[in-house]
Amino acid sequence: MSQERVNDFVVKFANVNGSGSASANRLFAKSVLRMGVPVSPRNIFPSNIQGLPTWYEVRVSEEGYLGARGGVDLMVAMNPQTWDKDLASIEPGGYLFYDSTKPLPTSKFRDDVHVIGMPLTEICNREYTDARQRQLFKNIIYVGALSALLEIDVKEIEKLIGEQFKGKDRLIAPNLHALHMGRDYALKYLPCPIGLRVRRANRVGNRIFIDGNNAAALGCVYGGATVAAWYPITPSSSMAEAFMRHCRKYRVDAASGANKFTVIQAEDELASIGIVIGAGWNGARAFTCTSGPGISLMQEFIGLAYFAEIPAVLFDIQRGGPSTGMPTRTQQGDVLSCAYASHGDTKHVLLFPEDPHECFEFAARSFDLAERLQAPIFVLSDLDIGMNERLCEPLQWDDARRYDRGKVMRYEDLEAGREFGRYLDVDGDGIPYRTYPGTHPRRGAFFTRGTTRDAYARYTEEGAPYVENMQRLLRKFETAKQYLPRPVVAKAKEPARHGAVFYGSTGPAMKEALDRLEEKGVFLDTLRLRAFPFHDEVTEFIESHDQVFVVEQNRDAQMRALLLNECGVAPAKLIPVLHYDGTPITARFITREIGESLAALNVKPIKRTA
Amino acid sequence: MTYIAKPKLHHPELPKNKLGYTRRDYEGAISTLCAGCGHDSISAAIIQACFELDLAPHRIAKISGIGCSSKTPTYFLGSSHGFNSVHGRMPSVLTGANLANRELIYMGVSGDGDSASIGLGQFAHILRRGVNMVYIVENNGVYGLTKGQFSATADPGSKDKRGNANLDDAIDMVALALQMGATYVARGFSGDKDQLVPLIKGAILHRGAAFLDVISPCVAFNNHDGSTKSYDYVREHNDAVNRLDVIPPRAPIQAAYEPGTVETITQHDGSVLKLRKLEAHYDPHDRIHAMHYLEQRKAAGEIVTGLLYIDREPEDLHARLRTVDAPFNQLNEADLCPGAAALEAFNAGLR
Repeated sequence: MSQERVNDFVVKFANVNGSGSASANRLFAKSVLRMGVPVSPRNIFPSNIQGLPTWYEVRVSEEGYLGARGGVDLMVAMNPQTWDKDLASIEPGGYLFYDSTKPLPTSKFRDDVHVIGMPLTEICNREYTDARQRQLFKNIIYVGALSALLEIDVKEIEKLIGEQFKGKDRLIAPNLHALHMGRDYALKYLPCPIGLRVRRANRVGNRIFIDGNNAAALGCVYGGATVAAWYPITPSSSMAEAFMRHCRKYRVDAASGANKFTVIQAEDELASIGIVIGAGWNGARAFTCTSGPGISLMQEFIGLAYFAEIPAVLFDIQRGGPSTGMPTRTQQGDVLSCAYASHGDTKHVLLFPEDPHECFEFAARSFDLAERLQAPIFVLSDLDIGMNERLCEPLQWDDARRYDRGKVMRYEDLEAGREFGRYLDVDGDGIPYRTYPGTHPRRGAFFTRGTTRDAYARYTEEGAPYVENMQRLLRKFETAKQYLPRPVVAKAKEPARHGAVFYGSTGPAMKEALDRLEEKGVFLDTLRLRAFPFHDEVTEFIESHDQVFVVEQNRDAQMRALLLNECGVAPAKLIPVLHYDGTPITARFITREIGESLAALNVKPIKRTA
Repeated sequence: MTYIAKPKLHHPELPKNKLGYTRRDYEGAISTLCAGCGHDSISAAIIQACFELDLAPHRIAKISGIGCSSKTPTYFLGSSHGFNSVHGRMPSVLTGANLANRELIYMGVSGDGDSASIGLGQFAHILRRGVNMVYIVENNGVYGLTKGQFSATADPGSKDKRGNANLDDAIDMVALALQMGATYVARGFSGDKDQLVPLIKGAILHRGAAFLDVISPCVAFNNHDGSTKSYDYVREHNDAVNRLDVIPPRAPIQAAYEPGTVETITQHDGSVLKLRKLEAHYDPHDRIHAMHYLEQRKAAGEIVTGLLYIDREPEDLHARLRTVDAPFNQLNEADLCPGAAALEAFNAGLR
């Protein structure tokens, strides 16, 4: 039986890393998007430069589900190394598209999968003499064939090629030629169309297609960051590179050609955060972007920034840990190491963006928060959001918006004789006033240090001022809540006894899972966490439900641990739903786990008879 | 770590510099280091240098790491902001601070434990980046705060207080600074203030990465027979290649000394460094010669002091990065935010 699906299927491309397939695969994804049908592509790539398997999975979903679905309806199998695995992942009734230049024995196929062979290598060898051209155009040729097989409007692809090679116009004609060669072959020799088809729809609307790291980097530009210090690490490097790109576009003084930004590729992560802290101390907005191992290296400095109360922004694009772990796979494994980073008693503000739109917004906002709270702020993105393009709401900015520079005493304040004690809690909110170095000849200078001190920044090892200071830091953490994005609470259609808490990149899969559960008569209220410290609604939400699933992508239920630690709720109330194999969590997984868990909860205990 | 408050009363007839500050205005809290500590002499030299250069004390930022030396910023320039950061990582904090506001004078104070061990990487990288600063290592070859362990600058064979000999080779911070691209490299001795004060003044006026290694004997743990960082040893083995006079840009340039014995170096800001050469053939503009000379004298058992190398046309980090003249910490939304219209255009390109 054939899969018959319109605007609702998964295509997966199996390629070899370094073969130049990425832009062709992206061309395919974007052409579907241009037909008004939502897509969510995901790069699945090895921690390797060249030669190892790489995949690009495109989910086509008119309903707008953007989470990973799991399973494949059409496999474009271009990598012999992974043939068996790729074949096995196709759903029954699905399709296999492969290069049929060399005949394969029937044992290499599956009876329940439709096989579509196209002699791609033969076509390329006939058409091109150059080895690199043969490889690169093979990718465009299969995109052309797919356009025929799936009924994608070829004009959309032509337009995209024109846009892609704008400025390099001599490349347009050869790409169009390859595209049509593939398409013409398919129309003539292949069973077009197959059961999977793209039909023009109007479900994309005003949304944009961007990856989280790019959006976060632009958020840093809009948020006023002038100093970026970083050390290359997957999956965060593209954020620093995007910041550089955006700054070159938006932050060069037109008259002088001088830069209103700096990007320092530091010698390591320790220097990166040191530079950020030095700049923050001196009144500039600064950030670093890194991943789990980088956060580990930065711990001592993070403690300094917390205790000495220096603004700093850290983007942690999480990947699989511990140790080197899975550098190119996704996880939400740094929640606890960021929440309590460094030695001694520390607590840090965390932000959990769900998609690129929030990456932009939270990035811009993080600099206000850092300066308002005089503290390190962590934006916890992950590889799934950071490195994959996602359909999201357009980025927004209100020109009336002003930066919150926090409590800074300027020359006039000091001159007026207002009392200045660096760590005095003048307003009772735990946030002291600071001055920038060099502000006033006689007033406002203080010594910043990681050792204990009194409210006037004078060194002391006395217990009472230390405790007072630590209590003030807690007060400040409480104050932080009012400045943080609130959680997003959604009520189920029917009154629900159970709830679910989730955060970050789990969002899209969760949205779909809730629909699937509803179809089975399971109704869940949900709360999407967007920040730590937790707002009071979080505790209220947990307490107002019999049980709450905490869905996350790590082994040790880190967010659940944080909730238990900070909200004082009964452990039995929080049921972990954990996905941590490095792939993005899917709606199928969540639906199954919650479904099974609820079924188990409904089992009545057996009554023992005497 | 000062518990004794210094009296704020100044004698009304204390000499004042051009800005109206007395020498007392450049002092800090009372030192809690051991009596006779070389570091206190360095603090005194910094105070004198800043006073004589007519610098506004609050426009100097003093940044340090951890250790005895890193405590010293408390003891000078009390009107300045200080930052006692983490062990060995002063250079990155200073780099960040410098990026945020290029208009202040940055003084990085560190020790041999701080800069030659945990901080060796950051030491090397701040020099190669050309950060405009004065980087002073108060070098005593020993860990004072933890009571007498050898540091990475202790010479092989030199002895600790208990008589144990150091088995490891020493890191020569000056040699390293020359190799890493510092554009002003000097070595001084805390016991030779006449040489040290002008070296500090020259470093402050230099618009690039200035490095100053100051041998600073630790009276508690490294000032005994067998130490190569003791007062006696350094006095006996000191080979001063030159002595410096510093003339800030606003002062009229004085007549040259006798030809052949004095060389003048005019820096970008107009300041003039007059080198009174003690070593007849020493050329402070030749980096390779400086490295060679250093090694040659070291082999002869001498400690070379003086201005070892100066680049007449240094380029600092801001010049390399082509940053705007205005300090970053004074830029606002109008300077930094591209605005809603630009964002809409950006969005349009992503559909």
